[in-house]
Amino acid sequence: MSDLDEQPQAEPGGYAPSVAERLAFYQRAGGVITPLLTVVLAFAAGGIVVLATGHNPFKTYKAIWDGTGLNWFFQFGHHHIDIPFTNHQVFFWWNTDTNALTAYNLTQTVLLTTTLILTGLAVAFAFRCGLFNIGGQGQYITGAIMAVWVGSSFAHMSHGLHVVFAIAAAILGGAAIAAVAGFLKAAVGAHEVITTIMLNWIAYWTGSFLVGRGGPLQNTTDVSIPISPDIAPGAHLPAFWGNPALQALDVGFFIALGALVIFWLTLNRTTLGYQVRAVGFNPEAARYGGINVARNYVYAMAISGAFAGLGGAVDILGWEYHIGVLDIQVSNIGFIGIAVALLGRNTALGVGLSALLFGALVNGTSTRGLDPNVFPPELASNLTLMIQALVLLFVGADVLILYLWQARKKLGRRRPAPETAEAVT
Amino acid sequence: MVETTPPVLELRGITKRFPGVLANDRVDFDLRKGEVHALLGENGAGKSTLMNILYGLYRPDEGEIRLNGAPVTIDSPHAAIAAGIGMVHQHFMLIPVMTVAENIVLAAEPRRGVLLDTSAAERRVRELADQFKFHIDPHALIRDITVGQQQRVEILKALYRQADILILDEPTAVLTPQEAIELVEILKRLVAEGMSVIFISHKLNEVLEIADRVTVLRRGKKVDTIPTAGATEASLARMMVGREVLFRVDKEPAKPSEVLLDVENLHVFDDRGLEAVRGVSFHVRAGEIVAIAGVDGNGQTELIDAITGLRRASEGRIRVGAEDLTHGSAHTFLEQGVGHIPEDRQRRGLVLEFTLAENLVLHDYAKEPFSKLGFLNPRTWLAYGRRLLTEFDVRGGTERTRASALSGGNQQKVVIAREVSRDPRVLIAAQPTRGLDVGAIEFVHRRLIEERDEGRAVLLVSLELEEVLSLADRILVIYEGSIVGEFDPSATEEELGFAMTGGRQPTALV
Repeated sequence: MSDLDEQPQAEPGGYAPSVAERLAFYQRAGGVITPLLTVVLAFAAGGIVVLATGHNPFKTYKAIWDGTGLNWFFQFGHHHIDIPFTNHQVFFWWNTDTNALTAYNLTQTVLLTTTLILTGLAVAFAFRCGLFNIGGQGQYITGAIMAVWVGSSFAHMSHGLHVVFAIAAAILGGAAIAAVAGFLKAAVGAHEVITTIMLNWIAYWTGSFLVGRGGPLQNTTDVSIPISPDIAPGAHLPAFWGNPALQALDVGFFIALGALVIFWLTLNRTTLGYQVRAVGFNPEAARYGGINVARNYVYAMAISGAFAGLGGAVDILGWEYHIGVLDIQVSNIGFIGIAVALLGRNTALGVGLSALLFGALVNGTSTRGLDPNVFPPELASNLTLMIQALVLLFVGADVLILYLWQARKKLGRRRPAPETAEAVT
Repeated sequence: MVETTPPVLELRGITKRFPGVLANDRVDFDLRKGEVHALLGENGAGKSTLMNILYGLYRPDEGEIRLNGAPVTIDSPHAAIAAGIGMVHQHFMLIPVMTVAENIVLAAEPRRGVLLDTSAAERRVRELADQFKFHIDPHALIRDITVGQQQRVEILKALYRQADILILDEPTAVLTPQEAIELVEILKRLVAEGMSVIFISHKLNEVLEIADRVTVLRRGKKVDTIPTAGATEASLARMMVGREVLFRVDKEPAKPSEVLLDVENLHVFDDRGLEAVRGVSFHVRAGEIVAIAGVDGNGQTELIDAITGLRRASEGRIRVGAEDLTHGSAHTFLEQGVGHIPEDRQRRGLVLEFTLAENLVLHDYAKEPFSKLGFLNPRTWLAYGRRLLTEFDVRGGTERTRASALSGGNQQKVVIAREVSRDPRVLIAAQPTRGLDVGAIEFVHRRLIEERDEGRAVLLVSLELEEVLSLADRILVIYEGSIVGEFDPSATEEELGFAMTGGRQPTALV
């Protein structure tokens, strides 16, 4: 029997749908196509801007691509490569030289992707509970500070234990500061967007105080520099690829991949995830179902914060080794996480892919990544911000994208899909 | 005389296929000038599809539309409006922060230069409202006026755009009985002015009351078009469902035993902080159906919320069996065997984005075998879902279908399946048949009686007197938060209506 008479109910005329509701709708209707279209549109619009500055957009995007280091994967041909642990070389069809510039660029891209996966998950998890976590940045800083603190203390702890301890502290720190927002929402209904922004500033200034001049976490070797001491070598994450003299890739990347799996498992295979999703889709139905909605707000925020805090830890333990006031004040990795989550539609796979996109984009347009002869890098980093902003804008303008998509479909097949017809009327 | 009027609108052989479904199968339909023509059918019979085709939202795969005898193509709502067709959707398309006048003139505003000519807009709206005797303030904001008034704004919007054919999609579903009466009067004035109205509904009594003719659809096909004169609810129901429908459910006399739900001197506040329930006491025994009848908004919602743990009672006591649950959470009530079929299945009863299997374990996802040590076991849900969907004859989807894809009747079956299969001691059913068609209503009624005979204590809260009278073994009437009388099912609608309005003469009852 057909059920076409009863479309999924739109909001009864009375109110504007919340961000979370709009996003849920976007997720349902868009599938994979809308995010892709969003990216293509953003890049096209970015290209127009490049053109307006008098540069060739195709050459510019090619240079950005080269700057990401992702071309490392495509260096086919005849190459001499080293045989490990010997001085011999053999011919190989793929250049695996880790000393090359491309390899270095790739390392940078993967390091950024690692952190963006974690700050992206921090936004995505909260979103699945119907919460908009703007606080990824503050949670990230908290995690980084905790990692620095534990990493630079306890110098005699054994290697593995020290790493685990530092990571655990960072996770707890991120979770705790995020849980404050969840608790305020649950207890007095304070909106999480406001409270997480406020907590960002708390983390920002507390962190600046701690490692700033005269702060309790400042280094003791040169007290004129507002920077923390280096963490003990025993707290470093081991590197697995690349040249440690330049900057090697550490196992933090695998930790981030593991976090993607944990994210998926938690949401889809645990009772907590079931609750979080139920609350995210329909808090009223969740409450009716016997789920404690307030408690889930706290849990979801804490888990979100744990992801961002872990992001801070892998940066510190992986390659940064210390944190300075300047690092805290110029960092925006937590905010890029919002774009990552939105573009990734708050799914594990989506966040992974969009973290790679943004990681590559940020690195490819950086002053060290981009060939200054093709496009001035100081303009290029603005291009990153622009593309990021366009992605956010287009995600917000979900209905517009759907409309464009549907218009295309109409031209192609002359037959609108029943569920999207509702969206544009 | 009506017979000789030529049709202003004709649909011929309309066919519309959706993937896997034939939504309309060569449907013919004609509308005469100055008539109200009802389109009647079960949920999913193809009524809305047909009207969406007429309004340009869908394109028919086959068939043609003729206006005043000439074939036309309607490929967008814009074209429909230009052709003089207006539609009032079930869910209003109004902007809450704008005024009545602004909403009405939207997209066809009178301008002065580039600015909206507010005074001209208000004047035109006032003229229209006066012409059709609508009582409405053009200055009022949409968000401040009632649903009934919002509907009138939608009708005015169509009139403003000079529609002479008006499509109303289940217009009374959102109205109070009093507002429904006013709507009927408005429609009578409209047709008297020469408008033609298509009225989509699945409520038999209102079709008989309002329409001149009725076209019945069943599973995408037209069954027949007949004048309402001479038709009865039973004959229409037979056409609609394809078999005899029992309006009164046969049931054995109740065999009530021990008290399972005991409410004593309950006081509950509503969201605005006003006392909505004022000292209610009653009990429900195993094996009986107790109905609470009353006009909407007399404390029923708050009462149900309190006795299911969704709202704190400020005073009084609630006992389920021997347990005192006065301060229990929703979870505690569920654990103690209180099943609850909620008033609003879409807002509360279901997570529409979840699959049916996920919805069916909404209360028990954390219990074995559905999960173990905090880890879900979705495979068991699927098997459980499949079994329940078959047992409760849910159509239109499998256990993997999202709840939003089902029709209202089938959604309700899912809710009932979930609540009943948990084997509750007490079953609370709040307006369990709201928005359902006759076939589904019959199913729900039969099921509630079965649950009673299984030895559950059933509390039915309903606004429909007919439903209350046919199901209940005892009837309590609630008025302004207090129980004002107890009746047995031999009471007449008049007696109940009298009590429901606080002893005043009933006016708001259809």
